Amino acid sequence: MSMFDIGNSPDYTAYLALSVILFMIGTMGFLLRKNTIVMFMCVELMLNAVNLALVAFGRELGHAGGQIFVFFVLVVAAAEVMVGLAILVAIYRRRLRVSADDLSNLSG
Amino acid sequence: MNIHAAADIPTSPADYSAIAPELAMLGTGLVLLLMIALKRFKNDSWYAAIAAFGTLFSAGWAIALWNAVESGEVGDDHVRFAFSGMVVADGFGAFLSVLICLAVLLGILLSDVYLRHENAGKAEYYILLLFSAAGMQFMVISNNLVMMFISLELLSVCLYILSAWHRDRSDSQEAGLKYLLLGAFSSAFLLYGIAFLYGATGTTNLVGFEQYFAENVLFSSGMVLLGMVLVVVGLCFKVAAVPFHMWAPDVYQGAPMPVVAFMAAGAKVAGFAGLWRVLEVGLSAYELDWQPLLWAIAAITMLVGSVLAIVQTDVKRMMAYSSIAHAGFILTGLVAANEEGVRGALFYLVAYTIMVMGAFAVISLVARRGEQDTSLEDYRGLSRREPLLAGILAFLLFAMAGIPGTSGFVAKFAVFGGLAGAERWVLIVVGTLASVLSAFFYLRLVVYMFMEGLPLEAKTPTLSRLPVPGVSAVVLAVTVFFTLQLGVLPEGLLDIAGRATLFAG
Repeated sequence: MSMFDIGNSPDYTAYLALSVILFMIGTMGFLLRKNTIVMFMCVELMLNAVNLALVAFGRELGHAGGQIFVFFVLVVAAAEVMVGLAILVAIYRRRLRVSADDLSNLSG
Repeated sequence: MNIHAAADIPTSPADYSAIAPELAMLGTGLVLLLMIALKRFKNDSWYAAIAAFGTLFSAGWAIALWNAVESGEVGDDHVRFAFSGMVVADGFGAFLSVLICLAVLLGILLSDVYLRHENAGKAEYYILLLFSAAGMQFMVISNNLVMMFISLELLSVCLYILSAWHRDRSDSQEAGLKYLLLGAFSSAFLLYGIAFLYGATGTTNLVGFEQYFAENVLFSSGMVLLGMVLVVVGLCFKVAAVPFHMWAPDVYQGAPMPVVAFMAAGAKVAGFAGLWRVLEVGLSAYELDWQPLLWAIAAITMLVGSVLAIVQTDVKRMMAYSSIAHAGFILTGLVAANEEGVRGALFYLVAYTIMVMGAFAVISLVARRGEQDTSLEDYRGLSRREPLLAGILAFLLFAMAGIPGTSGFVAKFAVFGGLAGAERWVLIVVGTLASVLSAFFYLRLVVYMFMEGLPLEAKTPTLSRLPVPGVSAVVLAVTVFFTLQLGVLPEGLLDIAGRATLFAG
């Protein structure tokens, strides 16, 4: 049976594998990229990888808990990004730059 | 489908008394929100007063809950689960809830002085502080990983905003953004861990984990172990344990000082409670797997925190590394995994909260407007200018170093007692070594204050006397008194902490 066949018995390990790959891409992106907005996007990618895993587990286990948890994760992610962008705008107004390399006042 | 199906789902009446302290905290925040929508006071201290009143109310409910737990009114074995097992009313949670109220109360007093001084006051500051505290209180009573995640995010998101609060200092905004980016990154790890634990066991309830592992034999526990490691990583980020500490120095240096003091105390309490509940309640069947992990984290946290603090020239960064080292000492209480160790860690959390609040009260006064004077040089000869302030700071630093006669000594002794009970001798040696190393940088600051002369004459015009507002004096008096009292007569609190450990779900 093809892993793209989501008819009767999808193999949940395929979704899990995709989730792991997405999570890895997000982690790598966060650690390697310097633009703070791209870093935010990478965190979003990681959270979406978690969501995919939760839905896959929920379906495999046959109860809705995992899928309901996804809603909480989405809401929290939205709240975090809101706050993050607000701080970014405040920094941008002051310095006109938001790259991680420019945020180096604090070190020692 | 039966139209009465909904009625067949077993429900229990909402048990509001189990979350009364949290409701009081959130309610006060909402009242403040409503108040600023209707009318703004000219003087921001009114908001501080209302927030402090609400915190006292919350502490009252937490103490009432503690009494109910102790007298056995809450239920069997002094523990009661509420809201379908989402939260648990037990001695551990009630104890830490009261401690969080204490941290908020001292934090509000420090904030009032700071915000008026920096002219950065707004009612919203106190609202965020209260919501963050409610998140901490929910975290210490949560019995479900979903609940724990949401409380952790509630406390973190409020702290991100508070860290970036000071609009006139770009350092503050930088600190807020760094905290937020790394905090969100660590939340993703925590969540992935929760997802794996859910996938392996089919539940997110911590007591449910315990039952699942007791009833089922897993052929392969790879998924559980992966989930466990990711959850530990996520929570260790919040308590700033090495190697997940890199945000702490930057955030401590940049964020407003009362926020730093509140964060150092409160986030540690919440993170420690989360680790305790996940590991000792949920994953107690995997004790042999998480103990070495936590052992290693605790050991390197103590050592790295103490060693890196020595090379700092900024007092706020030094306090950040000191807080990292303290996190390591608190974690050793979990490594011991016995009643004495957890009791020691609870005592340590109380002692640390009081010490760090007092220390930041002095640092905040010395730093003056704009948080300019925070380098070690600014403390040179402080005892000549301000003998009382220098004496108080020296006493609190001695307590942090763990000199006998202070609460810091009793706290370290108590967690090491737990380690001795678990026969973790190597960790005791590492901890002793780390506390000797940490004594070096605490004493160096004391030497700067007392032994060194005043700076060059050219700077003297700026070195006028430091005004000490009455509110700061109250904070200093309270922190010094309790640091001394817990150092000389610790039995009372140790006894209460011991009972909190016993009455835990």
